[in-house]
Amino acid sequence: MGDDTLKTTLSAKHYQADQINDWCAGCGDHGILRALEKAMAKLELARDQTAVFGGIGCSGKTPYYLNVGGVHTLHGRVLSFAAGAKLANPALNVIAIGGDGDGLSIGAGHFVNSGRRNLDLLYILFNNGVYGLTKGQAAPTLRIGEKTRSMPRCVIQQHMNPIALAVISGYTWVARGYAYDVPALTDLVVAAMQHRGIAFLEVLQPCPKYNDLHTKDWYGDRLYKLSDDGYQALIAAETDAASVQQIYNEALARAAQWGELVPTGLFLQDLSKPDFRSQLAGLQPGIARRPPCQCVVTDDSGRTQIDLEPLFETLRIAADSSQT
Amino acid sequence: MLSDQRIWYAVSSIITRINSAVVKHGTENLAWRIGGPQGSGINRIARLFARACAAQGMEVICRREYHSNIMGRHSYNDVVISAQALQCHRESTDILVTFDAETLCRHVHSLKPWGFALYADADGDVGLGRLPYLDQRLRDDLNAALSAAGLPETTQGLLEMAEQRGVRTVCIPYQALLERLADQLGMVKKAVSATQNMLAVAISAALIGMPEQALLAALEQTFLGKEHIVRMNREAVAIAYNHAQQLQPHVFRISLHGQASPRLLLDGTQSVALGKLAAGMGFQSYYPISPATDESTFLEARAEVRSTRGETCGPLVLQVEDELAAINMASGAALTGARSATATSGPGFSLMAEGLGWAGMNEVPLVITLYQRGGPSTGMPTRTDQGDLLFALHAGHGEFPRIILASGDVASCFYDAAQAFDYAERYQTPVIQMLDKALTSTLQTVPVFDTAAVTIDRGAVLASSEQQPQAVERFALTASGISPRPLLGQPGTWYWSTGVEHSEWGQVSEDPVLREQMMEKRAHKLALAAAEIPLSEKLEIHGDEDAAFTIFTWGSNKGAVLDALQQLSDRGIRARAVVLRLLWPFPADAVQALLQSASPSVMVECNYSAELNSLFVQQARRGCDHLVLKYSGRPISAEALLPQLVSIQAGDAGYRNVLRNAYE
Repeated sequence: MGDDTLKTTLSAKHYQADQINDWCAGCGDHGILRALEKAMAKLELARDQTAVFGGIGCSGKTPYYLNVGGVHTLHGRVLSFAAGAKLANPALNVIAIGGDGDGLSIGAGHFVNSGRRNLDLLYILFNNGVYGLTKGQAAPTLRIGEKTRSMPRCVIQQHMNPIALAVISGYTWVARGYAYDVPALTDLVVAAMQHRGIAFLEVLQPCPKYNDLHTKDWYGDRLYKLSDDGYQALIAAETDAASVQQIYNEALARAAQWGELVPTGLFLQDLSKPDFRSQLAGLQPGIARRPPCQCVVTDDSGRTQIDLEPLFETLRIAADSSQT
Repeated sequence: MLSDQRIWYAVSSIITRINSAVVKHGTENLAWRIGGPQGSGINRIARLFARACAAQGMEVICRREYHSNIMGRHSYNDVVISAQALQCHRESTDILVTFDAETLCRHVHSLKPWGFALYADADGDVGLGRLPYLDQRLRDDLNAALSAAGLPETTQGLLEMAEQRGVRTVCIPYQALLERLADQLGMVKKAVSATQNMLAVAISAALIGMPEQALLAALEQTFLGKEHIVRMNREAVAIAYNHAQQLQPHVFRISLHGQASPRLLLDGTQSVALGKLAAGMGFQSYYPISPATDESTFLEARAEVRSTRGETCGPLVLQVEDELAAINMASGAALTGARSATATSGPGFSLMAEGLGWAGMNEVPLVITLYQRGGPSTGMPTRTDQGDLLFALHAGHGEFPRIILASGDVASCFYDAAQAFDYAERYQTPVIQMLDKALTSTLQTVPVFDTAAVTIDRGAVLASSEQQPQAVERFALTASGISPRPLLGQPGTWYWSTGVEHSEWGQVSEDPVLREQMMEKRAHKLALAAAEIPLSEKLEIHGDEDAAFTIFTWGSNKGAVLDALQQLSDRGIRARAVVLRLLWPFPADAVQALLQSASPSVMVECNYSAELNSLFVQQARRGCDHLVLKYSGRPISAEALLPQLVSIQAGDAGYRNVLRNAYE
């Protein structure tokens, strides 16, 4: 096997693609990319068994810069592509990446419904508050009344709260990182990849070019780690309903924090919900043995070996009854 | 109302009349129609009747018309029965089975003069104004006809009008029969009222001479495992057959001697679903939409298929949040090597345009089954149309190759669905298999599919590597335009792909020379498909190949055209029919040659603007001499088409001919 798993050590460098990176200097994207490389190395992800999917926008370019399968998809649709690949080949390590406009505006339907499915993949949302690549329009994370440098007018719509939305949509692992805290972000990526079920990681990141409100200085002392505050995010597999509800309430309360204090770290890890694959296996056990990417079965001459006789039987007009 | 005595008299003469009529018209078939409110089990009971007829060795073809509604609005099913293979439904009917007044109003005009209307005693004298779902236009038309004839604006008036032109009307005392059934079962009448449609079917089955056992066998198969329903309906059948005795047994008996070879009875959606399974489809994502959904739900219920070696290898069929997710998830799955598809109808396909372009740009083998329905916008969700051909051809911005296949009958739906995956993988591009609602809901007897004929061509796939994993070129420039395809998760390789214009490596590039190379590469695959796909897979020629009179068509009109062709031939009119299967890449040379030798040439389509004909003009530099079109949302039939073709052949027809029927 050419599988990377047989290789003894893979360093972060092995995951860096030899490509020119066209992100702005000082962009938070660089920090996130570093964290991804380091996390992949820590997890020793086989490069041929890993795929990173990107949406559209600066963040969507991430797959180009990583030495794993890379798929640059469509605006707002990254989760659909990623889910399709994961469903068809469950052995694949799948990471979907998109910006806050991508995931919360044009892709909001997929964001919410992906939570419902609890597939075993990681979705990283790069949140810089603006549409950078189209020169700084407001993303749905920007608050009412806020106006960044290149906006003609302030925002007159309410903002969306990605953490809260992820929690109520069914994501079973929900966390927030900060692009300039690479070590903590690396740990979050590692933990997310180890979670069985769908993980949502929001990464706060300044956009030095277009978001002059939420700068590195603005974040400065506001960020704190939930774990430092004694916050308990874990819902074990057999937790009673009342305790589950309590942790969800607490997660939503922390998600609402913004301003003087901005929490980072793990908001929720819910092990009480079944993941998609075990649900599916209950209905269709065959899928567990032979994933969709291996359904073509032929003989030596290329003829299909799928046996349709049992299905024909239910639709057949029997020969003997024709003799009546 | 007719007395039993009169019914006996009427009925005993009918067999001769039906027989002489069908022989005269050369069709040798019997059309049976049942109508009623949606939610009353009309479709299921019609399928049951069709199954019973088929089990008698007859060939059947069934048409289903229904509203986008759950309960109450009118629906109807036609079952055409013949000893010979059937290709087309009928607009007229020989036997009309009703148990509500609205059905009588809508269809009594469609009865042949020798036909029979079986109606409920309660519906014998109902004012047309009391039927809320009867369209105002139809009510006005019927009332106008009734007052012109000096008849009351009631069902009684309509029945009398029908009788005046020879139709025999038979009143069925459903309420009394239901009471008898309830008594026998020790139940209240309300609890057995759902068997009314079974009573209706059984009486007509008895009248055409179907053995009671045959109907009971079909009943048991239809309600397999539902003991209570079977028991209730069994009793209903017995009561109905008993009642039919009073109407003179076997009174319009038709010859129920058909062939004995095993056949399948299935509709277009089921045929497509089976074709996909045969092809080893691994993944289908969908969003519910009429009339495409039946295929996906059929698959979902039967996904645990096995290989002949006993391995489970069924697809993952998943209902997702919208059509954007449906197509893109299928693309994601296809990247891993799963044969992937989605199924949708017009509005859903509109949403898929973006994803279609991504698949084209990324050279993803993706199959889209497009079930056309009446558009634009929500249009007519449950009615047929062929108004999406040019849309399917142009959907998505920018230029990229796609292959478009149109299936013309229930059997070819199976083989086309299977082959669509071969085309998709061989040319690494999206393939759209087009059907229309008429074909979707056509239930028909067909020879059992030959799965041995389904061979699988996966196209150029990059070999797995035993070496250290390395990045590979996804879009390598080759002479054919086809790059050996690496798969996501394939041992030994990884690759990049992107909807942005890209290099061989799938990395962003806007270099003008590379852009030209990539445009040419993608376009070349289409040219290759046009060159490699044999003519026999592009179009079919039927009838007299040397005839000048040439009828072109596509999709479900095929049946009507072939049926009409036979009838032309019976009249000594030489003609040929050309049914296009591969609509893109367009078989321009073949069509051009056919057009050159065609006189007159006719295009038959179920749309307003003759979309295929406009493709002829664009691609073959010439359109047809005449158009025969229908855009009422109802399918074209041979009986409506034939007179048009005859007048075209006689030189009496204009350029544009629209088929209309106010009673469908």
